[in-house]
Amino acid sequence: MLLEIENLAVEVEGKQVLKDVNLSIAEGETHVLLGPNGAGKSTLFLTILGFPKYNITQGSIKFKGKDITNLPTSERVSMGMGVSFQNPPAIRGITVKDLLKYESGQSEDEDLNPRMRELANKLKFSEEFLNRDVNFGFSGGEVKRSEILQLLAQQPDFTMFDEPDSGVDIENVELLAEELNVILDKQKRIKQRKRSGLLITHLGYILNFVKADKAHVLMNGEIVCSGNPDEILLEIRKNGFTGCVNCAQCL
Amino acid sequence: MRNVYEDAERAKDKKAALGTDITIENFSSEDINAIDLIDDLSDLSKKDQNTLLSVGVDSNESDRAGSFLQMDQSNIFTSELSDNIELMNTGVALEKYSWLENYIWNAVKPDADKYTAEAAIKEKEDGTFSGYFVRSKPGTKEFFPVQACMFIADTDIMQTAHNIIIAEENSELHLITGCATGDDISSALHVGVSEIYLKPGSKITFTMVHNWAEQVEVRPRTAIKQAENSTYINNYILTSPVNSIQSYPTTYCEGANSKALFQSIISGQKTSNIDMGSRAVLSGYNCSAEAISRAVANDAAKIYARGHIIGDEPEVKGHVECNGLVLSEESSIYAVPILEANSTGLELSHEAAVGKIDEDEIHYLTSRGFTEDEAASMIVRGFLNMDITGLPPILADYTKNVIDMSVKGI
Ligand SMILES: Nc1ncnc2c1ncn2[C@@H]1O[C@H](COP(=O)(O)OP(=O)(O)OP(=O)(O)O)[C@@H](O)[C@H]1O
Ligand SMILES: [Mg+2]
Repeated sequence: MLLEIENLAVEVEGKQVLKDVNLSIAEGETHVLLGPNGAGKSTLFLTILGFPKYNITQGSIKFKGKDITNLPTSERVSMGMGVSFQNPPAIRGITVKDLLKYESGQSEDEDLNPRMRELANKLKFSEEFLNRDVNFGFSGGEVKRSEILQLLAQQPDFTMFDEPDSGVDIENVELLAEELNVILDKQKRIKQRKRSGLLITHLGYILNFVKADKAHVLMNGEIVCSGNPDEILLEIRKNGFTGCVNCAQCL
Repeated sequence: MRNVYEDAERAKDKKAALGTDITIENFSSEDINAIDLIDDLSDLSKKDQNTLLSVGVDSNESDRAGSFLQMDQSNIFTSELSDNIELMNTGVALEKYSWLENYIWNAVKPDADKYTAEAAIKEKEDGTFSGYFVRSKPGTKEFFPVQACMFIADTDIMQTAHNIIIAEENSELHLITGCATGDDISSALHVGVSEIYLKPGSKITFTMVHNWAEQVEVRPRTAIKQAENSTYINNYILTSPVNSIQSYPTTYCEGANSKALFQSIISGQKTSNIDMGSRAVLSGYNCSAEAISRAVANDAAKIYARGHIIGDEPEVKGHVECNGLVLSEESSIYAVPILEANSTGLELSHEAAVGKIDEDEIHYLTSRGFTEDEAASMIVRGFLNMDITGLPPILADYTKNVIDMSVKGI
């Protein structure tokens, strides 16, 4: 297993948000995490990433066979984790280009490499845009595209996307989805896929373009159902998330 | 100039309104000929040349319109490399141009406080003036900057300088002033009086980089007078420790459509006590001024970041922006924006934000692989590394480098 979460319970600011979460993702697999607002999806995401605010009170997280439960975020990232945020902060004085250079292993003084330039072009970013302070005054769609571009620079083995399609128009969702598929090795045959991912979404619109191998439904901090993404989505669309709790097909 | 000295005598014990009070008597005054002239800036020791470079003064003088170096009280080097400008010691200039009397102690008052008074009294005692005179000729637009350096080489001294800067009608003048100290200066006092005059349609950019020693007291006294359609841009960069500095350059936008922009980048180190302000008095029709500062307080530094805009005419515009980051428990920042509206129909605004580094920003960077420490220093560098606007490309690049260099050293 690439990622193994066992009996995980998490507190944020003294409040229990996740309980008894079990989740395993194998190499080459893409999983999707569904759930209503406030279910704890972002909390699980940030706990896997290792943000200090998320206090693990029980259970463990293993990545590439190593227990990372107490590892700082930067070390998880060097081990091959990558993320795109739902609402990343703007940082004055640090440009998109500064980050891209670091993420693609270049030094500060070098020019941005041709591969990254080409990718930036593909994601409709101009030179001027790359010189802007990251996320500062970006539109919703620009934020998401910049997150994806950074992941293309990083080339992580395991990538988590928190709502990559929220606030993005249809045309741009397709553009983003194309790159998500690259990040998740989807252009390769199933057996040859090495890279894995966890996609977080309320409604699963992005799933029309990015195929997942398995879906999980998180409600009130617990995974209440796991299974075939198409069947689970169909059930949610028919009976809502509560219908999902009582569903017999699951698990 | 008789009145000047009478006024100065009366103000000898007048404490400055701001900043810690310095006992001037603790510092010895230096002779104006104490140090020998040099033929070339590269005659200085490699070490001193590097110090000069850290404050923007290039000993090769490449891409420069001229250079001026004052070491302690002695003007040891002057060069004029462009026909568009005149550059010389203020005392020499006064002998050459009698009209210069009208510009001396005009924008800055000798009785402003005991530091200006002391500078004036010293001029009388010496019978001459230290500091530099620079003038851009009418209608010229010199692309390359003039570089001036005030260097303190001897310990426990008081260095004074009286600088007169004049941009004639429709001319453009760019200045880099670097102030620095030699190696083993345990204590010193610098009092620099600068009077800057912009004639109609002229533009001056004045970029000042400070790199003092830890025990130095610095009291610059600067005033600017702006005629119609003139533009004044003041950039100030301080990223090394100092004992105390207090400065409040003031521009008088008297002519219609004159504009002023102050940009300050301050990083307070160790026990530095820094009180830096920018003031604009807008009394001409359609004038505007902006005062922008970024301050970072480390260690036990105390920083006052002030901005003061006075609107005396309708239709004038002013904006003050003070942003600060407090990085240690013992350090502090006081952001003091002041707006004074003495007329109707004017637009004055301010924006001030002081706090610690935003944790979300740190976490965002750790999620890209930076450690928390790397993330924090990158954010601080980004915060200070503001785009200095209004400079010609060469000087903009150069200033960017100086900022990069000094910010990296933090
Ligand atoms: N820093 C925090 N302080 C207090 N409560 C928090 C904090 N972060 C999350 N929570 C709470 O934990 C619960 C789960 O929040 P989370 O952001 O993980 O939900 P989500 O599933 O991502 O929701 P959404 O679909 O709206 O993005 C919510 O009740 C939320 O208020
Ligand atoms: Mg969320």
